[in-house]
Amino acid sequence: MPSRVTPILLVVPLTLYMLAFYALPVASMLLRSIADPSWTVENYLRLAHDSVFLAVSWNTLRTALVVTLGTLLLGYPVALALSRLRHGAAAVVLAIVLLPFWTSVLVRSYAWMVLLGRRGLINELLLSAGLIDSPLRLLNTPLAVHVAMIHILLPYMILPIASVLRQIDRALLRAAAGLGASPRRVFSQVVLPLSVPGVVAGILLVFVLSLGFYITPALVGGPRDLMLSMLIAQQVDLLNWPYAACLSVALLAMTLLLILVLQRLPAVRAVLRAATQ
Amino acid sequence: MDPGLNLRLSSWPALRRPSVVAPVSGDARRAVGGDKTRGASVALCGIEKHYDSVGAVRGVSLDVRSGEFLTLLGPSGSGKTTTLMMIAGFETPNAGDIAIDGSSVLALPPYKRNIGMVFQNYALFPHLTAADNIGFPLKQRGIDRATRTRLVAASLERVHLSGYERRYPRQLSGGQQQRVALARAIVFHPRLLLMDEPLGALDKQLRENLQLEMRRLHADLGITFIYVTHDQEEALTMSDRVAVMNEGVVVQVGTPEDLYDRPCNRFVAAFIGESNFLSAVVRGIERNMLILDCAGTTIRAMALQTPTAGEGVTLAIRPERLRFADGTASMAENRIAITVTDMVFAGDCCRYLCHTDSGASLVLKQPSGSTGRRRHPGERADILWPAGDAVIV
Repeated sequence: MPSRVTPILLVVPLTLYMLAFYALPVASMLLRSIADPSWTVENYLRLAHDSVFLAVSWNTLRTALVVTLGTLLLGYPVALALSRLRHGAAAVVLAIVLLPFWTSVLVRSYAWMVLLGRRGLINELLLSAGLIDSPLRLLNTPLAVHVAMIHILLPYMILPIASVLRQIDRALLRAAAGLGASPRRVFSQVVLPLSVPGVVAGILLVFVLSLGFYITPALVGGPRDLMLSMLIAQQVDLLNWPYAACLSVALLAMTLLLILVLQRLPAVRAVLRAATQ
Repeated sequence: MDPGLNLRLSSWPALRRPSVVAPVSGDARRAVGGDKTRGASVALCGIEKHYDSVGAVRGVSLDVRSGEFLTLLGPSGSGKTTTLMMIAGFETPNAGDIAIDGSSVLALPPYKRNIGMVFQNYALFPHLTAADNIGFPLKQRGIDRATRTRLVAASLERVHLSGYERRYPRQLSGGQQQRVALARAIVFHPRLLLMDEPLGALDKQLRENLQLEMRRLHADLGITFIYVTHDQEEALTMSDRVAVMNEGVVVQVGTPEDLYDRPCNRFVAAFIGESNFLSAVVRGIERNMLILDCAGTTIRAMALQTPTAGEGVTLAIRPERLRFADGTASMAENRIAITVTDMVFAGDCCRYLCHTDSGASLVLKQPSGSTGRRRHPGERADILWPAGDAVIV
């Protein structure tokens, strides 16, 4: 019989690792936000009236929302196709989905700069086609941030949804059709509700990743479209450590709060229950 | 243990009154309302299905009568499920035609065929309660919520699951899931019910209960059942007629008695029940009986086919039709000398494994209550069987 201590021993290395490289830095960050140079909560009190912080937070949330919605609308059909294609074709589509996934975010963001720039591929094409007279301002706009982030985060939406769709028993679709449901109704009454766990997982992943996104908005976004992560980096550059730490804690709190709220949704509860069973 | 299905027809709701439903198509209206005959007739005409040039179904022709309980019986890979899927519309035949009530349904997608279907693993929707699962086909037919609730309740009562409305499939036992699937397949009163090994996943006792219940359900509803199974006992117990399939073709169609007593070939004789096979040479025909020579012993057999003299044939005899000679043989019985190799007690009978002097092995079943003396391994004996019980296969 395996000892009851064995499972605990198995997680000891990871626990130590997380303590040393995750919990300690987070704790020191927390500490800095309230104890640098002396004990104070003034940093936090200031946040509530800090117009820069409020604007940046709003922009961060809005970007995360738009990106999540965009990846969902673009990703769901792809996930559906992935789940319905034969094995060979599915592998090809999966490779296309994953190819950008294996490329560095930095490289992909630079690629978008090349495409969207004033003298970028898109502007050059539109100009030579005579559709526009002067180059459009595409780069360094919220649109550029949204487009690039949606592209980069798409796999995080597609993969969980496709995985759930693939697990749906084909017999259920046949049963639905046999019982009188047209293809459209089979989708809306059987496939869609059964894919909710995948959709929820995708939304959580993309939303949480979007909140903390840094490189892409920094490269393709405009100076006015600051995300929280960019503001933090800026403050660190200025060696304004207490304020940066305070912002970090705010971002962390925002993310946790969102997860907590989402957790209360029945669909999400079902997913979490299924995951722990 | 599940309670028995309660199958009083009087408890069945007034589904056949066209006023309570708003069918989506003419087919649905015919199924739910009007027609006097409650069961659909199905005609399969030379249907074929190939997968990558391998024939899964190779020319099946079959007439299923209105209100009949017909079973497609065969080993796995015999094409029985593929045939069923083609009737349901999930597979399209490469050749041939399928007609329901005389008109071809090949152009109709599954959701317009108005056929009830029970799947192998029930295929209950995991995100819907038992009531919503049963209400699903009604919802597709545009039946209003109040009527739906009433019909679902009546149908749950029919399968003795009242009070289980709000349970999800995962909260139901296998037998209960099976009943919900059955209720769902008949709640919209289809004229044809297809079942693909619906009892395959249940334990033996529950399976036997449900076999009898389904048989009664068939009698009460009067609709046509087409049932697929690989279990020959199930096929014999439940069906009006059985179509035995092997390697993509129908080998023999007949009543259970027909198939058991008069198998048309060695495959059917071996697949349905248990058979002993003896090689013999034809000597002649005498008053509808074949005179055969079996390794030097003259025996008689039914002449269902008319082989020519001198031809070698195989004779099939059921083990329970054999008995040990106790000195009371009639002229109509065949007699052959054997040696007992082994004896196995199997509860309701003793199984004797024997071999003839020419080396052919035979199984003999002696009922447990039989007055006959027990034989022991190594013992020599004569065995007898009525000449009419052996058939040439």
